[in-house]
Amino acid sequence: MSENGLIVARNIVKRYGRKRVLNGVEMCVPQGQVMALLGPNGAGKSTLLRIISGLTKPDRGEVLLGGVSTRKAGHEIRRYIGLVAHAPLLYDNLSAWDNLHFFARLYDIQQPAARVEAVLRAVDLWARRYDPVRTFSRGMTQRLAIGRAILHDPPVLLLDEPDTGLDPASAETLAQLIRVLGSGRRAILLTTHNLERALAWADSISLLADGKIIWSASTEGLTTERLQQAMIGLGINRFHPS
Amino acid sequence: MRSAVTHSYSVGWRSLDILQLVLGMLAVAAMTISMWAALYYAPPASNLAGDEQLAQRIFYIHMGCNIGALAGFLMSVIGSIVYLVKRDLDWDRVSQAAIEVGLICGMGTILTGMFWAKPTWNTYWTWDPRLTTSAITVLVYLAYLLFRNGIDNRHTRARFASIYALVAFLSVPLTFYSARLFRSIHPVIYGAENVDAQGGFSVGPTMTQALQINLLGFCILFSALLVLRWRQLRNEDAVAELREEIA
Amino acid sequence: MSKKALSVEPQPTPPVHIDLAAHPITMRLDGGLLAYLSKVAAVFAKDVRAELRGREIFTTMTAFGVLAVLIFGMAFDLRVPRSEMIAPGVLWGVVLFAGVLGLNRSFGAEVDRGTLPSLLLAPVDRSAIYFGKLFANLFFTLATAVVILVVMFFIFDLNLFQPYNLLAVLLGVTGYVGVGTLFAALTANNRARESMLPILLLPVMVPVFVAGVALTAGVLDGKAWEELNQWFGILAAFDAIFIVVAFLLFDLIWEDA
Repeated sequence: MSENGLIVARNIVKRYGRKRVLNGVEMCVPQGQVMALLGPNGAGKSTLLRIISGLTKPDRGEVLLGGVSTRKAGHEIRRYIGLVAHAPLLYDNLSAWDNLHFFARLYDIQQPAARVEAVLRAVDLWARRYDPVRTFSRGMTQRLAIGRAILHDPPVLLLDEPDTGLDPASAETLAQLIRVLGSGRRAILLTTHNLERALAWADSISLLADGKIIWSASTEGLTTERLQQAMIGLGINRFHPS
Repeated sequence: MRSAVTHSYSVGWRSLDILQLVLGMLAVAAMTISMWAALYYAPPASNLAGDEQLAQRIFYIHMGCNIGALAGFLMSVIGSIVYLVKRDLDWDRVSQAAIEVGLICGMGTILTGMFWAKPTWNTYWTWDPRLTTSAITVLVYLAYLLFRNGIDNRHTRARFASIYALVAFLSVPLTFYSARLFRSIHPVIYGAENVDAQGGFSVGPTMTQALQINLLGFCILFSALLVLRWRQLRNEDAVAELREEIA
Repeated sequence: MSKKALSVEPQPTPPVHIDLAAHPITMRLDGGLLAYLSKVAAVFAKDVRAELRGREIFTTMTAFGVLAVLIFGMAFDLRVPRSEMIAPGVLWGVVLFAGVLGLNRSFGAEVDRGTLPSLLLAPVDRSAIYFGKLFANLFFTLATAVVILVVMFFIFDLNLFQPYNLLAVLLGVTGYVGVGTLFAALTANNRARESMLPILLLPVMVPVFVAGVALTAGVLDGKAWEELNQWFGILAAFDAIFIVVAFLLFDLIWEDA
């Protein structure tokens, strides 16, 4: 397991009650790569993402972002993390512009207006920037949530099922964003239930089941059928592809 | 059951059992002596008569309960601080047990106070600082227990309860001071500042002894109940964990 | 650095050009007190703006406050000869109970809408969230207190807008939201959230209540500063102690989001 990754998880253990949701997760996402995390429902994918983002502390193990342990780093390390979670994390009373402007202030972005404009245009919401978020469709809310996550240009991007409930146009915008962002100095870790999208968007795939990463492979040359066979072979048949 | 649960407790099971046995026996002896001291050994108050004179004996038990409530609060603060530092759930159990026993003592203080007040002041309740503080303290304890009820995750519950216990503890001296600044008709036994205090009595040496015996006796009783409850909570948690493991 | 217009065409066929790198961002990374205060201000501004759009907090607090004053006015009208006798108690009692409604929403709304993690992800000490919300709650509760004072002016025929009383209300409400914001955070995820906050908060607020009532009564009785300053001392001590303690303990709440 290469230790040069931008996102490195070492022996992550997380218990809820007596149940070990994560039982020694080891993972590494190198810089410039997009990794898709697959696994059955309830496998702990969201929990792992929350631990990597620093929202939850693991019972054991540590997360290294760019070589820095999140346990030891203070709040400054959160500057380098962007998270798109299940919930949109947006204030639906406020407009898209107000939302992003607020987050820009939280991240100390200089000249926030210019950056907010750039991001809103990139996610194709510039026309609706003054409308309250509560009037947005699911696809628009998700695009804005992604906008919020990339606002401060974090090198580490964590996307928790970003494609759920998206219309094809929004999904296409998302795909392009991931293509653009997932290269160079960034690393992206995303979870999804859609095998086709995982293969199309990601450079590598990891399978999380029974609290551990049980399989990891590059997506180069990997077809959906081969992936499904591998998963069945590993005993993961509680899985609904696309 | 004990071998299946892998925990390293700061005070082991066996030590706790022995402690409970010893404290239990001591408490029985101590309370017997305390009751004898309060009801028989202590002389009747010379400046009082009739019902008031008899009711004055409640004073010893009243002060005993008072010290139990105070001990409960102090132990809960210690337990909370140690939990927040060490994250050992056993200390949170100490905190909870201390508050539960302290609650009973606190209610005892108020009840004995009321039974004493009726013949002495001809009223069950007044808003004097000590009574006010006792009542508020009991409410704070109750709130602590209700608060714990609403949180499922063990560590979150311990953490939040500890935070509340610390803040609540800090408020009690201020509550007392502010109520005292307001008014008082509570008899001040040691240090007569308030000329309006009624039903006071001068405390002679034998009475002081009886008081000290009661204070000590109630301290021992408090400790015995604390250890008992602590053990119970440990057992409850161990059973719950085993259940989760099987499920 | 010139601004480059970015174009995103909605139809999938032509290749779309998204070039965020054309507008790199600069962040101020030195942290420091100014950055901290700017985030406190950001949280405050966001809460106030959200309230102006949503109007949940102020309206409920004020409606409840006015109703309560009216009910107490009616209740005491028949038995109490002079309204000065009960006005202090009514004022502080109503402010305390009405304030709970606003405090509940300050973290309750974040939990209900699921926006709490977005605040926790910000690269700032969590106490900035505490102070931001403290100032927002202070703003809303003081506004409610003013409305209550106005209503009492008409219903009880008493001028409570005297400087010492206003100072007392300011200090008292500050201590109230200082503890209340902390407790609101503690109860936000609790199963019995709405009822839990007043049960936790009101016993701890007794010093403020007693001092507040004493001060308002003293002002109505025309007492001089020498007689009142002890009470101001209690309020100031309460505010200082509890805001410091809350600031220290606030971070501990968020270990498991």
